[in-house]
This record gives sequence, C-alpha cells and structure tokens, in this order.
Amino acid sequence: MIQVDTAPKPRRNVELALLVLALAVGIGASAMVDLNSETPFDSDFWFQSSLLAVAAFAFHVVLRLRAKYADPVILPIVVALNGLGLALIHRMDGPGDDTGNNQLRWTLIAVAVAITAIWFLKDHRILRRFTFISLAASAILLILPLVPGISAGEVLGASVWIRIGPMTFQPGEIAKITLAIFFAGYLSSNRDLILLAGRKIGPLQFPRFKDMGPMITAWLVSIGVLVFQRDLGSSVLFFGLFIVMIYVATSRISWVVIGLALILGGGFVASRIFAHVGFRLDSWWNAFTPEVYDRFPGGSRQIVQGLFGMADGGLVGTGLGQGRPDLVPFANSDMIIALIGEELGLIGLFAVVLLYLLLFTRGFRAALGTRDAFGKLLACGLSFAIALQCFVVIGGVTRLIPLTGLTTPFLAAGGSSLLANWIIVGLLLMISHTARSPIDTTPMTDTPSEAVKQP
Amino acid sequence: MSELTITALRFGFLLLLWVLIFSIVSAMRRDLMIGRKAATGAPTAREVRKHPELAPPTPAPKQQARQLVVVEGPLKGTTLPLAASPILLGRAQEATLVLEDDYASGRHARLFPQGSRWFIEDLGSTNGTYLADQQLTRALPVELGVPVRIGKTVIELRP
Repeated sequence: MIQVDTAPKPRRNVELALLVLALAVGIGASAMVDLNSETPFDSDFWFQSSLLAVAAFAFHVVLRLRAKYADPVILPIVVALNGLGLALIHRMDGPGDDTGNNQLRWTLIAVAVAITAIWFLKDHRILRRFTFISLAASAILLILPLVPGISAGEVLGASVWIRIGPMTFQPGEIAKITLAIFFAGYLSSNRDLILLAGRKIGPLQFPRFKDMGPMITAWLVSIGVLVFQRDLGSSVLFFGLFIVMIYVATSRISWVVIGLALILGGGFVASRIFAHVGFRLDSWWNAFTPEVYDRFPGGSRQIVQGLFGMADGGLVGTGLGQGRPDLVPFANSDMIIALIGEELGLIGLFAVVLLYLLLFTRGFRAALGTRDAFGKLLACGLSFAIALQCFVVIGGVTRLIPLTGLTTPFLAAGGSSLLANWIIVGLLLMISHTARSPIDTTPMTDTPSEAVKQP
Repeated sequence: MSELTITALRFGFLLLLWVLIFSIVSAMRRDLMIGRKAATGAPTAREVRKHPELAPPTPAPKQQARQLVVVEGPLKGTTLPLAASPILLGRAQEATLVLEDDYASGRHARLFPQGSRWFIEDLGSTNGTYLADQQLTRALPVELGVPVRIGKTVIELRP
C-alpha cells in the first residue's frame, strides 16, 4: 500500500454532464405537463425551456471562468429543482394566469444576480468586512414592510411585503442572507471571548453581557418579526439560524437546549396572544374535525386537501398534469410539495427530498473544507437556512408540525425567495471554490498587494 | 397519444429523476477524498513505467516531515501537506495556515525547507513563537514531533 495525493481537480466537465441531466428533468417535466394540456408544445414551452437552459449554461460558463474548483453538484441540483418548480407552476396556471412566466422572469433575474455576485465578489472573505453593515441592512430590510408608503399592507395575515411600482417583494428573504453574514462575521471574531469569558451558573456557562449585546439585538429582531409582521415562519427561520450558528461556533449544546425551550415557550405564548397562530395550532391538532375544516379564515381545508391529494398520488403518482391539485388552495406555492406528492407520488417526492438533502450535505462539505472560520460559519448557516425551510414546509404539509408560511426553496412560486436562494447558492459555490482549490504555497513576496497565483 | 405511451412516459420521468440522483451521488463518491490522502493498492510495474512518480520511494536514511498537524488550539486536528515551499503562519488572510487565534499576529511565523529539514522563523510577532518551550530568536530547525507554540495554537511536523 502506498499513499497517493488526490490532487484538487476542477471537475467542471462532471458538472456539465450532470447539468444536462438536470435540464432533462426540468424540461422533461415541462413536456409532461404540456402533453396533458390543450395546446401541447406551444411557443410558451420552447420559450421557457430554452431560457432555462441558457441561464443554466451561462452559470456553468461563469463557474468555469471564475470559480473553477467550485463544487460540481450544487448547480445541477438547483437547476433540476428550479426546472421542476417552473413546470409545476406552469401546470397550475389557468387560462390568462401569468404565474409561470413571472416565475421564469424571476429565475432569470436570480441567476443573473448570482452570476454577478460570483463574478465581482470572487472571494467570500470580503463579506467579513461588512459584518455590522449586514446587521444594519437586516434591520432595515425587516422594518421596510412596516413603513407606510412602500408597505403592501397585510396580505394573508402577514405584513411582509413591500410594493415598488408594479412589483411586490419580500425583503425578509434577503434579510436571512445578511443576518447569516452578520452572525458568521461576529461569531468568527468573538468566538473565544464568548467561550472563555463569563460566569458559570450550574452546568451552563453564560457569557458576559457585553459580548452578547449584538447577538441579543439579532434575537430581538426575530421576535419583532413575529410580533409586528405576524410571520411565524420567518421568525422560526431567523431564530433557528441564530441557534445553529452560535452552536457551530461554540460547540456548546446548552445553546440548543435554551433555544428549543425559548421556541416552545414563545410558540405557546404566541398561540395564546395571536389568533392566527392559535388557528394554525388548532388546525394542526384537529385537522379532521368538521368545524375546524370549515372555519374561515384559519381552517384546515388546505392541509387536509393536500393530504388527500398525496394519498391519491400513492406510490407512483397520477402523472404530471393528471391530478386535481386545483382543489388545494395555493397549490403552486405553499402546497407545492403536496402537488409533487400527488402527481409524482411517494417515489417522486422522495427524489425531491433527496435533492434537498444532497444540496445541504454539499453546503456542509464546503464548510468543512474551507480554512477560514468566517467561511465555515457562513456555509453552515446558509445551508442550514435552506434545510430548515425544507423541514418547516414539508413538515407542515405532511402534518408533522403546524403549517407556517415559509416557501419551498427553488420550487414554490415567489420571486423574492427564488432570488435569495440563488444568491445563497452563489455564496456556497464561492466558499466551496476556496475549500477545494489547491493551497497557495508559493513563496511570500514583500509586497502583499502583488498576489502570487498558483502556477 | 395512447394511454400506454403516457404511462410509459410517467414512469420514465420518475426513472429520470432517480438517474439524476444516482449520478450525483456517484459523482460525489470520488469527491469525498479531496484534500485527504487516498489509499490505493501498490502500483503495478506497468503503472510505474508510465508514471515514474508512483514508484515506491527508496528508503530514506532519515524520516522526512510530510505534513504539518495542529495539535492544540482552535484549529486542532487540521493537517497541511508539506510541499517544497515555505508556509506562512498567522491571522492574516493571505497566510497559508490562517490561525483563528487572538494571541497570534497577522504574519506571525514562517516555516521553510532547507536541505532535508524544515526551519521556523519568527516574523516579529507580538507574543513570540516557542519551539519546545524556548522562545525563538533566530531561525531554528524543527524536528519531527517537536511542538511549536504560536499563541494558543501548537503545531507539529509529522512524517
């Protein structure tokens, strides 16, 4: 036995092959949907498919040029999910509906923004300089929907939207990225202080208040979201992000215990104070009670119809375009998982869940591989944000936990979420590029500005 | 289109989804070894002829340092393969091994090969570099397994 170094390889050709397969899934889904519509393979189909393919290949080319060593499977996974989502949203469009084309527009915008980020940022470590600017930006983004004038008012019980001209946008989606940057930057430089300084009370060690100030601010922000914007899902997401990043930074299990206790306590208090949270809990426990089913608003009709749809799909599904998801309210956004369960069956639903799982593991692999603490924490936080969204949404649709208003990443109709998740993908690709590229071991020059590149 | 074709396409699509997943997983399989050393079987004579660098090394008179291991501190467990080029240690982002250590300087110390040995040199750090508990005043050779302390981080050279 001898040892041979596996030299770092770009593996962009593997990515290209997987990308073709991913596009086959996305465009194949569109084709299946089209077969069952009145006008099969009209101009819309060719238009959508070619634009998706162009966007995917453009991203691939940019990776070849700018992030040669980036992870080869992240992009194909995301393109497959996004393509599947486009097909399903197009499938739910009635005559005159524009949701499918709107989603395609946002896909193109999101891909363009992610490409721009990779092209101009090059290195995620630059973001560390914006630690406190990110905190300020998060606060502003979260307050925007409450500012009269640009606020879109209360939509479906939550005021999380802003309106600029004809467009509506959910700034909270971007806030999850800026908050992750802040947590990563702050924890990577203050981790030792939080760990070492402070007093011990019983088995738990509490940090000094001075070190915890910004973290407590961030926590208050997530509570504020719940109280003022009435958005249970985002509040859970921000708080989960906060707990996970501090746990990863300090490896103290006490944070997780405290955090879970606070979530359960907060949820209990919220269910007593806010009617809409109470309704959600009630339609989770007593979903099949006729009074709860028929109640409006806040009944369980949506969840129960989704469950019926998935039951109808069975193991292999009814086939794309052949189910009755029109019976489920919001089948193209909140309940898109139920739509997949109905038309692709348990086998197709598991494939989608596995795609998310693989994406999550690649994010963590990038975190393990990169050599700077900021990148590690950022990759952990961002991939966890995607995983937590999946858990909250899929858990809610399958009645494991109460249904909350989070979007299914890349699948659900909604431009802001799509944009935020593509930016996350861009950042993960950048981090994995630094994690996997060869270490620069050329001699140091006296002028640090003259960066020496690996031959 | 006939019922049969539709059914075939339906199952074909599910198959395609899983083909994608299995391709991704098999692409990842090789990837698990990046950055680590992959153990392989002894190369055949033919492989050695094609790639001379695969030939089993002639036993060296003395063991060479091949990797740098962080044995204490925040980066504990990190290993870095040693090539024939110097290594910069410190908190600065341009360092080869970026130390996340509040007691280390930006450009703290330099580890460089000369002949068959590796030398450590302090780059004017605030808290100093210690080789086997002796503070460095000039470049000194680092033997295998001798701890080098930088702030709260301790590194060692390993064969």
